[in-house]
Amino acid sequence: MPTHVTGRAAPFPLSNIDTDVIMPKRFLRTITREGLADGVLADLRFDTEGNENPDFVLHRPAFRGAEILVVGDNFGCGSSREHAVWGLKQLGIKAIIGTSFAGIFYDNARKNLLVLASISPSARDAVLQAIAEQPLDVAIDLDQKQVRWDDQSVPITIDQATQRALVEEREDVSDTLSLNAQIREFEAKRPNKLVVRVPK
Amino acid sequence: MTMPRTLYDKLVDSHKVCDLPDGEMLLYVDLHVMNEYTSPQAFSGLDEKGLPVWKPESHLAVVDHVNATRGRAAPDAASQLLIDNLGKNCAQHGIALYGLGDPRQGIEHVVVPEQGLVAPGMVIVCGDSHTTTYGAFGALGFGIGTSEVEHVLATQTLRYRRMKNMRVTVSGDLAPGVVAKDIIMKVVQVVGAGGANGFAVEFAGEAIRSQSITGRMTICNMAVELGARAALIAQDDVSHAAVKGPYVNPAEDWHSDPGAPFDRNVEINGAEIAPLVSWGTSPDQSVPVDALVPEPDATLPKAQESHGRALDYMGLIAGTPMTDIAIDRAFIGSCTNSRIEDLRQAAAILKDRKVADGVTAIVVPGSTMTRLAAEAEGLDVVFRDAGFDWRPEAGCSMCLAMNDDVAMDGERVASSTNRNFEGRQGRGARTHLMSPAMVAAAAVKGRIADVRAFVEHKDL
Repeated sequence: MPTHVTGRAAPFPLSNIDTDVIMPKRFLRTITREGLADGVLADLRFDTEGNENPDFVLHRPAFRGAEILVVGDNFGCGSSREHAVWGLKQLGIKAIIGTSFAGIFYDNARKNLLVLASISPSARDAVLQAIAEQPLDVAIDLDQKQVRWDDQSVPITIDQATQRALVEEREDVSDTLSLNAQIREFEAKRPNKLVVRVPK
Repeated sequence: MTMPRTLYDKLVDSHKVCDLPDGEMLLYVDLHVMNEYTSPQAFSGLDEKGLPVWKPESHLAVVDHVNATRGRAAPDAASQLLIDNLGKNCAQHGIALYGLGDPRQGIEHVVVPEQGLVAPGMVIVCGDSHTTTYGAFGALGFGIGTSEVEHVLATQTLRYRRMKNMRVTVSGDLAPGVVAKDIIMKVVQVVGAGGANGFAVEFAGEAIRSQSITGRMTICNMAVELGARAALIAQDDVSHAAVKGPYVNPAEDWHSDPGAPFDRNVEINGAEIAPLVSWGTSPDQSVPVDALVPEPDATLPKAQESHGRALDYMGLIAGTPMTDIAIDRAFIGSCTNSRIEDLRQAAAILKDRKVADGVTAIVVPGSTMTRLAAEAEGLDVVFRDAGFDWRPEAGCSMCLAMNDDVAMDGERVASSTNRNFEGRQGRGARTHLMSPAMVAAAAVKGRIADVRAFVEHKDL
């Protein structure tokens, strides 16, 4: 993917938004990765009859079609369900800006090239303030490791491996299988009493 | 002289296949556990790439998330598809499946220790966040997403980034009536819901050491609710005695060396922990059972907003005594609290008592073996006589309500589970987390109740 992601940013600043809220369980009874866009934040976006909640941020005229979310602390906590990330991508979300993300969600996002930009709490508040005043495009520059809007820029905290994985779109399974000799060598040295053989 | 290392670092070091660029490594996985809902897309990913499973004998699949627990018939066609699909994938790739009707079936994190598949010094991963449970044995367990499930199926490894080390020391003796669930709910409250993001957490101190293996599993299980990517307790006689299988990892002493560096230390006085109940919609929003629904902290405007939102969702008013809160349902079960010891603690409260009118109470043993063991000692009779629905099949059930055990909009549940998230047990359902004995006490009173009063005054 390109090193820059730019798009309309929408504020969704609640803390501890968990993956049960991001992708409710009724959307999980599936064997594919598809068809999950309607599940994203469904209990907040829709009423029990399936009608749009007009107050939900992505349904307000200024933010409809936003491609970037600016979120609260500890976003993506809870269940490991990768369906949450698949759904966000299918809804058209390209990047999420926040202060902290839960570990499994962070790794799931990386695998699916959903950019998670961690910035400081004060920087996040500044972005929130800017997008509250007027609809605004925000840019995430993975090369310079910055979030930018208007004439402002703030640094992103991102580890090198995740940055590279996002930019280079690495295929992890085949990359790892190229190391099969090392894996075989490691296995050959394992104590026999540690080699798990699950009874059928 | 070698540098002192933490238990976590020893586990990682001993499973490192090789270094990868940018500070990552290839981490070897001893055992991988799967369920029916986070594995399908991993298998289809393998099939699309035409790849075999690297080492089929080191994987276990169970059916636990979507199955009904009233009987074996699937709740609906979509659930049946997930169950059948897991069977097809396991047959195709030669993977052990403990499915419905198998005497070893149950919740994955109950089944693995029960079947002797965990030992100190192992690395165990699973597409389920509560895989931290295995830290109770001095094994490194952590949850992964479906893409990583595919990776571990194909390579028996993960591309891994080392976490930071946190030690949580719970010192002193616990007060009467305080159990492992209260310890971990206190830790979540102190550290915060995301307070351990990026950390592996080792639990230490007398209050931890004094716990049985079941209590330790409860503690490590819920460590993910503070964001911990792994939870660990050093190997000792308790965990040694609990290892049922043939596996031994003699490479190290599975404890942290004296003087091993921790990036963060948290100290909690175990004597000050009371039985806790959650009041809000995040596991860190809990108070002692004899306290009031808390007022928002006026000095923290952001926390005030989420506090208000949680109160609104939960239908509560700050200042209400927790023990005034009436419940509609009681649920005992989940990978946190469905083992035989949990069932005994709840049964001790229920003996010669009745569930209050208007409360629907169910108990779902964590595995078929747990159910049979409980029935052998007559616990099922105690639960049934009290008015609990004793479920004949094991599974996650109302913990996450993926099957047909769903709480209705506005219903309030006293629950021995791990998450009180909005909608977790059903859209609009209101979850109060607590220990299994506290759930039993709440079921009897029809409202949240202090288990200590039940123990002290038998005729209450």
